[in-house]
Amino acid sequence: MKIVPGAVCEAGTSRANKTGGWRTFKPVYDYDKCIKCKLCELLCPDSAVKPREDGYFEFDYDFCKGCGICANECPKTAITMELEEK
Amino acid sequence: MNQISLLAPGHSGCAGCCDAMAAKFTLMGAGDNCIVVSPTGCLEVMTTPYPETSWDVPWIHSLFENAGAVASGIEAGLKALGKKEKTKVIAMGGDGATLDIGLQAISGAFERGHDFTYVCIDNEAYMNTGVQRSGATPYNASTTTSPAGKVSFGNPRPKKNMPAIIAAHGSPYVATTSLAYPKDMIAKVKKATEIEGPTYIHCHAPCTTGWGFDTSKTVEVAKMAVKTGLWPLYEMENGVVTKVRKIGKVKAPVEDYLKMQRRFKHLFTMEGGEEEIAKIQDIANMNIEEYGL
Amino acid sequence: MPREMTMDKSKMVVVEGSYAVAHSVKVCRPNVISAYPITPQTHIVEDLSQFMADGEIPNCEYINVESEFSALSALVGSSAVGARSYSATTSQGLELMHEVLFNVSGMRLPIVMTVANRAVSAPISIWNDQQDSIAQRDTGWIQLYAENIQEASDMTAQLFKISEDKDIMMPSMACMDGFILSHVYEPVVLLEQDITDEFLPPFNPERTLDPSNPLTFGAFADPNYYTEFRYLQEQAMQTALKKIETVADEFSDMYGRYFGGLIDEYQTEDADIIIMAMGSIVGTIKDVIDRLRENNVKVGLLKVRAFRPFPAEAIKNVIKDAKVVVVLDKNISLGMNAGALFIETKSVLYNTDIDVPVTGYMIGHGGRDIPTSTIDKIIDDAKEIMKSGIKTESQFTDLKEELV
Repeated sequence: MKIVPGAVCEAGTSRANKTGGWRTFKPVYDYDKCIKCKLCELLCPDSAVKPREDGYFEFDYDFCKGCGICANECPKTAITMELEEK
Repeated sequence: MNQISLLAPGHSGCAGCCDAMAAKFTLMGAGDNCIVVSPTGCLEVMTTPYPETSWDVPWIHSLFENAGAVASGIEAGLKALGKKEKTKVIAMGGDGATLDIGLQAISGAFERGHDFTYVCIDNEAYMNTGVQRSGATPYNASTTTSPAGKVSFGNPRPKKNMPAIIAAHGSPYVATTSLAYPKDMIAKVKKATEIEGPTYIHCHAPCTTGWGFDTSKTVEVAKMAVKTGLWPLYEMENGVVTKVRKIGKVKAPVEDYLKMQRRFKHLFTMEGGEEEIAKIQDIANMNIEEYGL
Repeated sequence: MPREMTMDKSKMVVVEGSYAVAHSVKVCRPNVISAYPITPQTHIVEDLSQFMADGEIPNCEYINVESEFSALSALVGSSAVGARSYSATTSQGLELMHEVLFNVSGMRLPIVMTVANRAVSAPISIWNDQQDSIAQRDTGWIQLYAENIQEASDMTAQLFKISEDKDIMMPSMACMDGFILSHVYEPVVLLEQDITDEFLPPFNPERTLDPSNPLTFGAFADPNYYTEFRYLQEQAMQTALKKIETVADEFSDMYGRYFGGLIDEYQTEDADIIIMAMGSIVGTIKDVIDRLRENNVKVGLLKVRAFRPFPAEAIKNVIKDAKVVVVLDKNISLGMNAGALFIETKSVLYNTDIDVPVTGYMIGHGGRDIPTSTIDKIIDDAKEIMKSGIKTESQFTDLKEELV
């Protein structure tokens, strides 16, 4: 891979860095409680909440760092943070 | 890619990073037809380790103190080339880079009236270098260069009022935002970037690492700052406050906010701490009165 | 190879040096000019400002920045979006830009900047020497030094062409002695617009900040990458060695005027004594040489035009058969008791079999006048060296002993 003069980078190449490995706790949805308010998708600092076709969401565990903001802010407590077993 | 954010995942911001959220909301407000300048700081470092970048929009980093000047040049260059049209020029950086070392360049850019928007992500210290005191560090906050100690309650100075400084430059639009109210921030950024001339957004951004709270509490801490009156949410148009987000009848006492954070913990244990907390309450009360919160 | 300087006298006008340079900038079709006042370059940006006010520079924005740091920083932004960018500065302003100079070079932005060479504070001085640009020689900017106003004017167009070359993409400084060249009125042929449009194509960089193709400029490079970026910059400098020559030839072909590429030689072919110098002092030296040659003194001048990249091979080639080389420096590297041209010339001779004594004179600091009598004295010293070797390797010239 040749470097580009001036240290110029192509857009979005950070996707190669799978920050999911940082986690201790991982978020899990209880879809029965979820009202599809989209707040989790809006807040996630790592864009690790992806919409599904049925309007619910799923977590992108490749990138989720387990910060817990989604769980803390969910108006219906539909997200719990579970200790991740490796 | 079914993604609302123009800030790609894979950046090395802390879990719960306030800069990442602020950048995400800013880009959601601005859209993809923009060029972003960032000064040196957490946001810049965590998003651009060569050859990786998290920016899905054109982005440039030059130096610590010159984002205002680089943005001026981008705007002028686009104008000269006939490419400005709807392309938004946005400078986005931290409080140290904005209020302190970058103040001159921002002042020049605003005085000359360039058509751009400056977003200050205010986490109230030089975070990237390890939490040192900046001009935005609030009264009595403990940082590594204004630590609480046997004869010190921490930072002895109030926050520099940057929105007022920018308004004094004649900016047509200045607004404060908070990570606790993302839709409000997105709308304000959209408005700021659509107004012609130099506009300014000051975003309160609680930092889990620097302020000392659990990674899941970023939004909760931000909300409490607003609820106490310590972080007033308002819009100024041509120097006059035109909109204010009222808190409601019950304002939270500042203790509720201070006790959430390690950087204020000393106020609850030191002799004389109560008097210091009362002084902070005075600041909140002044805001409540001045802005009609 | 000496060339004929064919100047069409009917095209000459008498203008101030600053005006000639400003005119050249105008004719090079800049897109963004940033301006901050500082003596003695201010007339350049003032003249440009008047051109702007009279609508003579289309597709151009002029930014009245609030400091030199911002003057160059603004051009980082404009150059990155593909705008041909220019500024002018000197002395304190250039030193203030120090951080940005490295930044511009590292980001490979082909900005061109006129430096009206002036002494550096403290003590504060507005008069000419070359300390300001010499002190920035490590920052990765191409540096050319002008002998006269015509050259300063013509150099501007050449530097845009050199800097913007796809294999170079390095910024450059057009250095001209402050006051001596900036404020003096001389007959010049102003840069012709039609020839310049042919000589200098529009700025068209490979990579720009463009929403239709988003890129990141200015990423940080950890130890795994940083060295290679520096290597590429150095390679670009080496490429510039050739380009400076070819552009000078192209310029000569199209405009009919030639000043030398990397260097120029004046009566060096059979010279025993060769004087090396940069900038306007070259004119004074040529006058002295003309007079001495009438008395059969075999003295010649090696004019160094490009200081960065340093023209080591060209210099070695000219001085290798001389009996003594005298290097004049309008600067000093404090702590070395010597000037930069002297230091660097000596260093490229080491490890070679060129065995010519080289001596250095630091001269003209803070604008001290250099009369021909001083040059005469230096040449007399050189004659002594030819007889009995170097006694003093490097020294201050015309030092007023009574003051110290």
